[in-house]
Amino acid sequence: MRAPDSPTEQPLLELDNLRVNFHTATGIVRAVRGLSFTLGRERLGIVGESGSGKSMTGRAILDLIPHPGEVQADKLVYRGQNLLTMDKGSRRKLRGRHISMVMQDPKFSLNPVKTVGEQIAEAYRVHHKASSREAKERSLTMLEAVQIREPARVYDLYPHEVSGGMGQRVMIAMMLIAEPDILIADEPTSALDVTVQLQVLKILDDLVTSRGMGLIFISHDLHLVQSFCDRVIVMYGGKAMETLPAAELADESARAHRHPYTLGLLDCLPDLDHRKDKLATLKRDPAWLA
Amino acid sequence: MTEQTSSGWTAWLITDSPVSRRQARLGQYYRQWLAFRRNPAAVIGLTIVVLLLLAAAFAPLLAPYDPLAQALDKRLLPPSAINWFGTDSLGRDIFSRVVYGSRVTLVIVLLVVITVGPIGLLIGAAAGYLGGWVDRVLMRITDVFLAFPRLVLALAFVAALGPGLENAVIAIAFTAWPPYARVARAETLIIRNQDYISAVRLQGASQWRIVLRHVVPMCLPSLIVRSTLDMAGIILTAAGLGFLGLGAQPPIPEWGAMISAGREQIFDQWWVATFPGLAICVVALGFNLLGDGLRDVMDAR
Amino acid sequence: MNTNPAIIVEKLNVSFGDSHVVKDLSFSVASGESYGIVGESGSGKSTVLRVLAGLNREWGGDVTILGSKQPKVRDKAFYRAVQMVFQDPYGSLHPKKTVDDTLAEPLAIHGIEDAEARIERAMKDVGLPNSFRFRFPHQLSGGQRQRVAIARALVLEPRILLLDEPTSALDVSIQAEVLNLLQALRKERNLTYILVSHDLAVVAHMCERLLVMQFGRGVEEMTAETLAARSPQTAYAQQLLVASEGFRRQTA
Repeated sequence: MRAPDSPTEQPLLELDNLRVNFHTATGIVRAVRGLSFTLGRERLGIVGESGSGKSMTGRAILDLIPHPGEVQADKLVYRGQNLLTMDKGSRRKLRGRHISMVMQDPKFSLNPVKTVGEQIAEAYRVHHKASSREAKERSLTMLEAVQIREPARVYDLYPHEVSGGMGQRVMIAMMLIAEPDILIADEPTSALDVTVQLQVLKILDDLVTSRGMGLIFISHDLHLVQSFCDRVIVMYGGKAMETLPAAELADESARAHRHPYTLGLLDCLPDLDHRKDKLATLKRDPAWLA
Repeated sequence: MTEQTSSGWTAWLITDSPVSRRQARLGQYYRQWLAFRRNPAAVIGLTIVVLLLLAAAFAPLLAPYDPLAQALDKRLLPPSAINWFGTDSLGRDIFSRVVYGSRVTLVIVLLVVITVGPIGLLIGAAAGYLGGWVDRVLMRITDVFLAFPRLVLALAFVAALGPGLENAVIAIAFTAWPPYARVARAETLIIRNQDYISAVRLQGASQWRIVLRHVVPMCLPSLIVRSTLDMAGIILTAAGLGFLGLGAQPPIPEWGAMISAGREQIFDQWWVATFPGLAICVVALGFNLLGDGLRDVMDAR
Repeated sequence: MNTNPAIIVEKLNVSFGDSHVVKDLSFSVASGESYGIVGESGSGKSTVLRVLAGLNREWGGDVTILGSKQPKVRDKAFYRAVQMVFQDPYGSLHPKKTVDDTLAEPLAIHGIEDAEARIERAMKDVGLPNSFRFRFPHQLSGGQRQRVAIARALVLEPRILLLDEPTSALDVSIQAEVLNLLQALRKERNLTYILVSHDLAVVAHMCERLLVMQFGRGVEEMTAETLAARSPQTAYAQQLLVASEGFRRQTA
């Protein structure tokens, strides 16, 4: 584990009272309802079930909320720059260059008619003035960094020719080539097999650590978040139930301090070591959303 | 988490817990209507189509004159308070003829759709679901029909069958079904591999039961949309046949034939050809807008 | 143990074109047993299930279910004994049919008389309130849909239930509810289960024995106790077990 950020360092991202609303035919759907956190150079996990607003939080930071949705916040600051008052163009430039996102399924995020190498090189040239040769060299280095064994061969492959695990590495290479300060990973390994999943996480971990990035790791998998992240926000119904050091999730002795929702989530997982006839089920309390 | 208030019928319709099949279906239709209503273009299209239906239904009340009554002393009068759209070369009131013409147009459209939709749907769904040689034979037949331009093929049929409204309908129907079969087959190829189809197979359902009760309902929306969008084309083909003198025969007030009759006077008495032309334009546009709106509502799964 | 096997698979081989997805697979499942098949994507685990269900008709080898050798094309009676629950609750229910339509269909196919009573009982058994009966799938949550899928499988009162990753598309809290439901139903009706999953903890929770598959072959068959004691024999099974325990930082 790394030492926590020194308090004097400016946080990468500050978020206060974030709200995401969707105006639909049948009323307003409130996807995120007042979420606040700050992100330093750390691995911050956001866990929650579907509909908890965890994905919408990541998208809201990047200004990627789809049409009928609107984002409101009291504060949304990236390294001293107020994102709320920033115009669309500057916001777009920030995206990819300073804040990047890796999505769940590489199949839907890669352009099927371009080789993966071209796409990585393009991602680099969008944000940096570079010759195509230079961009290609950087891309090959990046492919190597995500532990692809024959970068030159993979560079010329089309997305359908690479496996799920390799596709996700390509996505990570593409997102990290611009050397962003913040990487938002939305379920980056959920579509992958467990063994491949760990390889991809290791690459992500190494890159984040060596480059001092801030990582927001969005996942439904408590075990994974607990073993991978430094700090965890547990979300339910668009609200943060609690924020805690990841290590405490596994700490049996700290149970008394846990939010009942967090405990409920932990308890309903089948466990190899404590086999029981019946799994505990989660009792939701409306008061949590009050 | 939705916040809203509603009461009475609306509440009954959009309830999450309907108590009968009927309420569930009506509720679904009502939701679709709510979505449809949000698209202004679609509502305009629907309005045009409804007006067409009303015009056809109440033609005797709307038309000030008999559409067939000739008055040779009133030939080729320009639009006026007496003859709103003017009169044609036989002194017939063009407004009355346009109004009665909506009946002819509707009859053509409905007959074509009634024959074409089910044929295309069944052929396409059967070919797509059964696959193998059934698919090959049916699709090659479809390809043969698709290989000819629609109007040319229709012309050939009418030439063989003889001119007339019924034969025009038959000819258009013969040429219109292949695209429907193609669409239905393409949809079926996707649907047949879905888990819900596997699930009915696992219940021991026969192939025909699966096609008719499980595949067809899924193809239906896109075919309805397609046929609505296609109506404009059907109207134009019918008008084209009428224009060429192969569709409805005089003195039936058919819009295409009316344009054809007016083409000799197009520069001197513009109204003779213009008003039936406008009617075709407006109705074709109406069906197109309606089709677009329906696509947004019905194809959204 | 297998004095009265419900399912015997011998030398099962399945190929799709050039790819040989299941290779010489043999196993047997006792009546009333719950048997797990574990593997990663491409291991052929789901294909095995589809062969058993009769959905896949291109295979070689012998499959014996409830004492009778199975032909490639099953008869109607077979489906009253064997039913399946699919992975994706969003894809396994017909989008244009209400819960009522979905549950009535198998009864109509088999010409069963007391449809009304059976539908009501099936809904009650899977814990769906009656108010859900005329809802469409898009008005249901993932967990509720999976309950409908289970009710559909049970309405014909089968003896064997094939479960293809029945909870992998669900949230963990919903997974717990569905797994509890499946456990209770098995006990109540003395059902035989085959559960396919990539999640070792789920399989260990649900099954007495399990088979680990890789690249179409059965790698290792073991009891759930062996798995819980972390003592599988083969390297691949060990590797899966370690991977399932979460991320490990080398330097930590």
